[in-house]
Amino acid sequence: MSVASSPAQRSAEADRLPTNRPAGCPFDPPPELSRFRAEEPVRRLTYPDGHRGWLVSNHELSRTVLADTRFSSRMELRRTAVPRPGLTPLLGRPAAPGMFIAMDPPEHTRYRRLLTGQFTVRRMRLLEPRIEQIAEQHLDAMVQAGPPADLVAAYALPIPSLVICELLGVPYADRDVFQRDTATLLRLDATAEQVRAASESVGAFMADLVRHKRAEPADDLLSGLIATGELTDEELAGVSFLLLVAGHETTANMLALGAFALINHRDQGHADQLAALCGDPTAAEHAVEELLRYLTIIQFGTTRTALVDIHLGDQLIRAGETLTLALPSANRDPDKFADPDTLDLTRSAQGHLAFGHGVHQCLGQQLARIEMRIGYRALFRRFPELRLAVPAEEVPLRHDMNIYGVHRLPVTW
Amino acid sequence: MEIKADRERCVGAGMCVLTAPEVFDQSEDDGRVVLLTEHPEPDQVDTVQQAVELCPAQALLLAGKHRAADG
Repeated sequence: MSVASSPAQRSAEADRLPTNRPAGCPFDPPPELSRFRAEEPVRRLTYPDGHRGWLVSNHELSRTVLADTRFSSRMELRRTAVPRPGLTPLLGRPAAPGMFIAMDPPEHTRYRRLLTGQFTVRRMRLLEPRIEQIAEQHLDAMVQAGPPADLVAAYALPIPSLVICELLGVPYADRDVFQRDTATLLRLDATAEQVRAASESVGAFMADLVRHKRAEPADDLLSGLIATGELTDEELAGVSFLLLVAGHETTANMLALGAFALINHRDQGHADQLAALCGDPTAAEHAVEELLRYLTIIQFGTTRTALVDIHLGDQLIRAGETLTLALPSANRDPDKFADPDTLDLTRSAQGHLAFGHGVHQCLGQQLARIEMRIGYRALFRRFPELRLAVPAEEVPLRHDMNIYGVHRLPVTW
Repeated sequence: MEIKADRERCVGAGMCVLTAPEVFDQSEDDGRVVLLTEHPEPDQVDTVQQAVELCPAQALLLAGKHRAADG
């Protein structure tokens, strides 16, 4: 380019969201975020569409924003902090019916209240025996097939997929359809055409399912939602889709990336912590919270847009400006967690923001906790010597996906 | 010491039940908070305080936490 860029352009360029993790450190956030958090926890961020908004990188202020509904989640106001060409046609428009993750109260409240009774701590605990059975069956299959195995395909993805399918009433036999479409929707480089096609495909799949459940109700969440008479078929399809995606992608990535981190941790002299996870259920609960904090797979954080002018830290956020909350950085804030860059399965990681905070805090978090506790324990009880089947640097990392993790985890035992 | 729960604010995340199950429960119908007691025992104060802080919707309030000088 022969045209020199102006200082303003250069500064806008410098204010992009950092996304490069340090080489050889697959579990650590981009190092620039630590500096921002220490020096300027609310700083300017230039969005891919040219918008000049904000990046919030410490724990306290990220939590403050999430707790305050004057920072809106509405789809019409949403921006993406990393380039995602496939989302361009969807941004700036109202959320599709049922997509309450991208709505504010009271619309959001109406949907959430229909669902929270289905995801209580008590109800999720009733699923424990079934989740244990699913985990053991998949471990049996791994033993039968013999090493090596891809832990993602053999274990991490099937467990939460099966659980959410059974809970919702989605036929697991159809998983290829929704797993493929979901993967497309989460790919950063998906084109608008690919996103449109995947949305239509999964939308049609869900619409079919709603019609089927209306005709033949069963003992599942979707049939129960239909029976309330509160939602249109379009809304039911949207809600089910949201729960299906949120219910399997996130936990699957935590299971696989967590196993990678646990193997690493054991081999760095912390075999005792892994043994405690396998032995003591309370130790396992602590370990799950710590892995959630340490790995924070919502790698580009979450966004909100100010509805009114609001002071945040030293800055004045103007109405209409978008904030990105760098959750991986907030969860490594030394003001909240001592020695934050160290994985310590014995610490209390209480108060982490891996499930968010505020009215949108993860609806399925109690299910996710149980799936992880059972999933990690069953895996390392069966294979205490589980190890990578390739050098660590050859594990394909999900830099290219909205949710971090590993594409594959080749393991042997 | 007295706990107050605002069921209008509650979003049914279950953090209170997870943290202090002897004091908090969730409704079977809509998952919203149900108080098992409004007056927790002294040895429950720490976990109740944690639950108040963890509540994502700021639906819980602990009143009279600080006792008089005899405490």
